[in-house]
Amino acid sequence: MSPSAEPLDTTAGPPQVLSAAEEYIVDVRGVRRVFGDRAVLDGVDLRLRQGDFIALLGPSGAGKTTLLRILAGLDAADGGQVLAPKARSVVFQEPRLVPARRVWRNVVLGSRRARHERGRAIAALAEVGLATHADAWPVTLSGGEAQRVALARALATEPGLLLLDEPFAALDALTRIRMHDLVGELVKRHRPAVLLVTHDVDEAILLADRILILSDGSIGVDVTVDIDEPRRRSDPRFQDLRQQLLDKLGVGRAARAAALAEIGS
Amino acid sequence: MTTTELEVSAAGGSVEVAAQPVTRTVVEDLTARGRRSPARAALRTWRGRVLRFAIPVLLVGLWQLASAVGWVDEFTLPPPSKILEAYKELWTAGDLQAALPVSLRRAGIGLFFGVAIGLGLGLFAGLWKLGEEIFDAPLQMLRTIPFIAVVPLFITWFGIGEKPKLILIAAATVFPVYLNTYHGVRGIDKKLVEAGQIFGLRGWRLATQVILPTALPAALTGLRYASGVALLALVLAEQINARAGIGYLLNNANQNQRPDIVIAGILIYALLGIVVDIVMRLVEHFALPWRPRVTIG
Repeated sequence: MSPSAEPLDTTAGPPQVLSAAEEYIVDVRGVRRVFGDRAVLDGVDLRLRQGDFIALLGPSGAGKTTLLRILAGLDAADGGQVLAPKARSVVFQEPRLVPARRVWRNVVLGSRRARHERGRAIAALAEVGLATHADAWPVTLSGGEAQRVALARALATEPGLLLLDEPFAALDALTRIRMHDLVGELVKRHRPAVLLVTHDVDEAILLADRILILSDGSIGVDVTVDIDEPRRRSDPRFQDLRQQLLDKLGVGRAARAAALAEIGS
Repeated sequence: MTTTELEVSAAGGSVEVAAQPVTRTVVEDLTARGRRSPARAALRTWRGRVLRFAIPVLLVGLWQLASAVGWVDEFTLPPPSKILEAYKELWTAGDLQAALPVSLRRAGIGLFFGVAIGLGLGLFAGLWKLGEEIFDAPLQMLRTIPFIAVVPLFITWFGIGEKPKLILIAAATVFPVYLNTYHGVRGIDKKLVEAGQIFGLRGWRLATQVILPTALPAALTGLRYASGVALLALVLAEQINARAGIGYLLNNANQNQRPDIVIAGILIYALLGIVVDIVMRLVEHFALPWRPRVTIG
């Protein structure tokens, strides 16, 4: 643990603290997280404004999900400062719907007035095209539908910060394309700050305004995505950025050619 | 770094693959295996239905025949016809109508207290670490005692009235309910609990809105098992100097050397077991509408 570690506040405290931090609604400074004797996060800095869409890339085990969990309040940092909006929600890789509750009750999960908020739940479901499934049981949904319900649930609380932890990873390729469009559209409408953790470079470029790469415990790369929307994979700038990011992640063409050559020999 | 480099190494790779020795692949014809005959499928379903019904009927028929032909002594094993007569006798004398409610009441009261205690302890141990630390070890130890073994002790402690019977049934049913509830609560996916926490559920609200509904199937499995155990404990409890109930009928018949009534009584216990199982399946069916594979019967 670093001796300079400041007192930690993952719950963000009263709103006036946020306004004191100017316009940043997420303010992460020098965050450390140690598992055993390995510092997975070692001095991470991250600031987000309202409406920012940031994608976080990095090799497996780089600590992407750990950082997301700290921002969600599900995990505590071992050092550093974390400020995040009190209203935040997460879409995980799995839908994580309560199987014993109908779809609409899942959407308003956690609300003290859940029983009386069917209307609000259905409005949220309509945004993901599932209003007709309000009374279904979660087990009857397909993977893509369940994930859309999870997205509706996350947005129904009007979060200041939306955390997406590889939410498309378990979907089939076609469903994933549709989910990309849906998330892009809904995020524009609701304007939360978004942190998307993903392995998929294309997905990051398609959706995010800024892409960060987390490696060796801190954010090593910070690129602004400057491609007009709608972004197309065929766009040369898209291909360029993709190649750059893959190189940074150690899976660029050169690195792959070298690896193949090693297998061949 | 350049594309030429990549092409060179890729070409090098493909040359090596081509140099591998070619082995001949043996091909098998799978066309015929996929053929399905509707007639054969229909035969299979009907065979199943007929056999399920016919085998028990055949066995009862054999039983009747064995007595009629004289293979078995009618006193040792009375034929089905004699047992039907025994029912008729019990019914006209009013014994059956008197005994059944007494036995069901015993099982019901014992089961009620056993389930209440098992559910309470299971939830306490499942939801709170403290509850687990206090109750789990002693209950796991007590669980290994066969409840049949404590009958003499219960007679010494509680006499031979209704009390030891009810306590025996309650004690026997506590454990299946406790174990299933406790494991049901503990076995809930941590990810689901996290999702609840993200949306602001803590403590009591997390327990009632996420944990308990999700653990309900396990608790009901415990209840179903406990109902079976309650009947088993009932049979045993009614051997303790019962003055009413099915057990009393059985004991009386035994003393009066009426094996037909003894078998009639045993079959009532069996019937109760079936009825309880069906009732519990119905309870599960209606309590867990969200579970896709709950079937009746």
